[in-house]
Amino acid sequence: MSSESPATTFPRRDFLKAGGALLVGLTFAPRVDAQQPPGGAIAGPFTPDPEQLDTWIAIHGDNTATIFLGYVELGQGNSTALLQIAAEELDLDMSQVSAARVETGKSPNQGGTNASASINRGGPRIRLAAADARQALLSRASERLGAPVERLTVSRGVVSVAGTAGQSVTYGALIGDRRFDVPYTGKAPIKDYRDHKVVGASVPRNDIPAKASGKYVYMQHVHVPGMLHGRVVRPRGQGAYGDGARVQNVDADSIRDIPGARVVRRRDFVGVVASEEWNAVRAAQQLRVTWDQPESLPASPAALFERMRAAKTIDSVVMDRGGVDAAFAAARHVVSHRFDSPYQIHAGFGPNCAIADVKADSAVVMCSTQGPYATRAKIADVLQMPEGNITVRYYEGSGTFGRSCYDDVAQAAAVMSQETGAPVRVQFMRWDEHGWDNFGPAHTADVKIAANADGKLVAYEYHGWQHTWSVTETTAQLAAGRSASEGQDGRAQSLTPTNTGEMYALPNWRIVNHRVPGLQGYFKGAPLRSPLDLAISFGAEQVVDELAYLADMDPYLFRRQNMNGDRWLAVLNAAAEAANWSPRKAAAALSKSRVVRGRGIAVGTHLSSYGVAVAEIEVDRNTGVIVAKRMFGAIEAGQIVNPGFVENQISGMLVQAASRMLKEEVTFSRTNVTSVDWVSYPILRCSEAPEVFPVVVKRQDQPSTGVGEEVIAAAAAAIANAFFDATGVRLREHPMTPSRVISALRRA
Amino acid sequence: MATTLTVNQRVQNIDAAADTPLLYILSNNLELQGPRFGCGLAQCGSCSVLVDGVETRSCVTPLSAVAGKSVTTLEGLPAWYAQQKKLSSAPELHPLQQAVIDEQAMQCGYCYNGQIIKGAELLSKSPQPTVEQIRTAMNGHLCRCATYPRMIKAIQRASRAMGGGR
Repeated sequence: MSSESPATTFPRRDFLKAGGALLVGLTFAPRVDAQQPPGGAIAGPFTPDPEQLDTWIAIHGDNTATIFLGYVELGQGNSTALLQIAAEELDLDMSQVSAARVETGKSPNQGGTNASASINRGGPRIRLAAADARQALLSRASERLGAPVERLTVSRGVVSVAGTAGQSVTYGALIGDRRFDVPYTGKAPIKDYRDHKVVGASVPRNDIPAKASGKYVYMQHVHVPGMLHGRVVRPRGQGAYGDGARVQNVDADSIRDIPGARVVRRRDFVGVVASEEWNAVRAAQQLRVTWDQPESLPASPAALFERMRAAKTIDSVVMDRGGVDAAFAAARHVVSHRFDSPYQIHAGFGPNCAIADVKADSAVVMCSTQGPYATRAKIADVLQMPEGNITVRYYEGSGTFGRSCYDDVAQAAAVMSQETGAPVRVQFMRWDEHGWDNFGPAHTADVKIAANADGKLVAYEYHGWQHTWSVTETTAQLAAGRSASEGQDGRAQSLTPTNTGEMYALPNWRIVNHRVPGLQGYFKGAPLRSPLDLAISFGAEQVVDELAYLADMDPYLFRRQNMNGDRWLAVLNAAAEAANWSPRKAAAALSKSRVVRGRGIAVGTHLSSYGVAVAEIEVDRNTGVIVAKRMFGAIEAGQIVNPGFVENQISGMLVQAASRMLKEEVTFSRTNVTSVDWVSYPILRCSEAPEVFPVVVKRQDQPSTGVGEEVIAAAAAAIANAFFDATGVRLREHPMTPSRVISALRRA
Repeated sequence: MATTLTVNQRVQNIDAAADTPLLYILSNNLELQGPRFGCGLAQCGSCSVLVDGVETRSCVTPLSAVAGKSVTTLEGLPAWYAQQKKLSSAPELHPLQQAVIDEQAMQCGYCYNGQIIKGAELLSKSPQPTVEQIRTAMNGHLCRCATYPRMIKAIQRASRAMGGGR
């Protein structure tokens, strides 16, 4: 993680004393994540050796191949796309390749399936391993067929000698089900992208038929013999992260009437088990537990943001280029505003579920983790068992969109199995999932931007406040007494040049990151799709829009003359073209009708790729209801392995952006979270969904980068800009709910 | 205390407490994988089944309420469709299941049990629904991956397939 540390760090007090004499660290974070070792493979104890070819690929007697992936399927299609890469290099077709279930000890450790990085981190290693395997197979075929490797061709796993009829041998016949026993070299020749046939094609996903018919085994369907059904018992909605939850009293008699139900307790961890699931559900609701719930949360959302701003933050000057203050002083147009973004929930559609079978000196845990090896370590911690004695087996659950509470449920099942001596299946209830999620952290920002008389950006300054991600799972806190702690300031949860301004050509540019101490009255935090980027775009792209307005320019043309480089420009143009954008100044045709229309454009990124979106919305000025009618999203992410999957990601991001902008906000009292289901935490519904138009900008000559988190950041801001176009009024906090809309229109 | 009901055209005698939600019977006693737990509050539609052809939230429907009734899950949809259409044998998939595959509609697919059950109910009542009818009918079925636009397309595609080439 050291490569993710900010360049210059000093306590807030020193920063203020410096009185504008800013300490400066000019490090440009590389656009491709430097955190991951080359090839996306991590060697470690009880981990298959990434330097052995057999770790990655097995060829079977029936001329098919099993590919061992370190990344998990989350509904994004990566388990198909990574097979496309393998099939391409092996000269197999898609019907001949399949992926092994991801399991610690058997699957390579490629780190977590996060940061939309399966393809850009995992793809190269799979490609090189497949190329190695092809070379190994060709050299065997050369001996078998008595022809030099240069004369061999391969089609569907059948090796032939060029120009001779009938001389051929299959991969299966060459090695079928035996080990390669050769090292992974990473040096075998790979195909030129211009020769790709499988990579770049929209082949269908291999998981969808079973999902449509009901044959797919989600984690929630897994049963093991003799298992008990478990539920956790916690306050309805978490309190402050540092506080944990303290039990004052458990009244075991209160569930005495429920057949087979009993309490499982370790320190402050309380659960119930029963052999019938319904009895476990009832027992968890009926069990009387008295909790100590301190009033340590802010009194209101507004108080939350004030608490963040007043906190003793750790401040870092991430960027200070040129002379920012002088440029602002000399600029023709200057815009400066504050923006607030709330905590939001992952809210997996199926609450997290896990089964643990813990024996005296070994354990098997099945769960829907995005990182099986990381989960193994967390389970080892609560079980006090060596990692090598624990197997974590992945089963897909519902889409998680980041680190939801899958580790928490896995730890809970492990603890309850260890306590009861039986396999235990723990299914979180909806209120456990909503109420005890690791939320996407809140963010508040001061954003200032300036242009000259020609509409060229001359200065930009961004101050952002947020706490970073939490480390300690709830079960570890409650059952093992682990204290709440925070991670380092990761690249994706702090301001960087990439996420804050790099899309524009900026001569004078300052970024100051204010890291909020997250253990003092805040919630557990973890990456939620497009972490921080969505909030940054919401503010930054609104001030850019305002500047275009002051400069009497169309917001697309204004951006076009300020974009940083051809790749950004190409995506911007692609989105505008898809939306049939006709230039005019925003809010130039305000209507007095009850329902008014507007359109907006914005850009967004996440670590690496380039996203642009256009939103067309309607606003009912009487009810305050905003409806996103049509949304356009364009992405450029280097080489595209499967355009169809990317289009599906873009479509989902556009609709989810509308949900997060218009509806979603964690609510809370002084003691606990109060948004604990789909009524108290509404998301966008079918009748409210926009029509969507995805655009994939292909650069097959470039390395692949992520596609799951950029357009959502752009689209969120595009909706905000469309609101201004429709009403002439800005909303600088979200969600853009009817009450906020009405009060903003009244103020105007 | 046994309760008799029909599930996917087979008669089942279930020995369970009468207040047990149907979902747990289907998932645990019968090990079906269509209906699945989403909220337990009838808010999301993840657990939907057809009870005598009507979309029903199995997570809040007690076993006693379906005594003597006919329950169809995602697995039983092709046979239910064949019965509706008086086909001699059940197709491998309901046309909407096929359309969901053809449109590559889903992402994680967890909500698609309910989406397909509700969509199939809609198509049985309105073989050629307008987009507005689809949006209204599907409004109680949430999708966290936000795949609503493709779900709408899949229902339209299934409608065309069921209408015989219209």
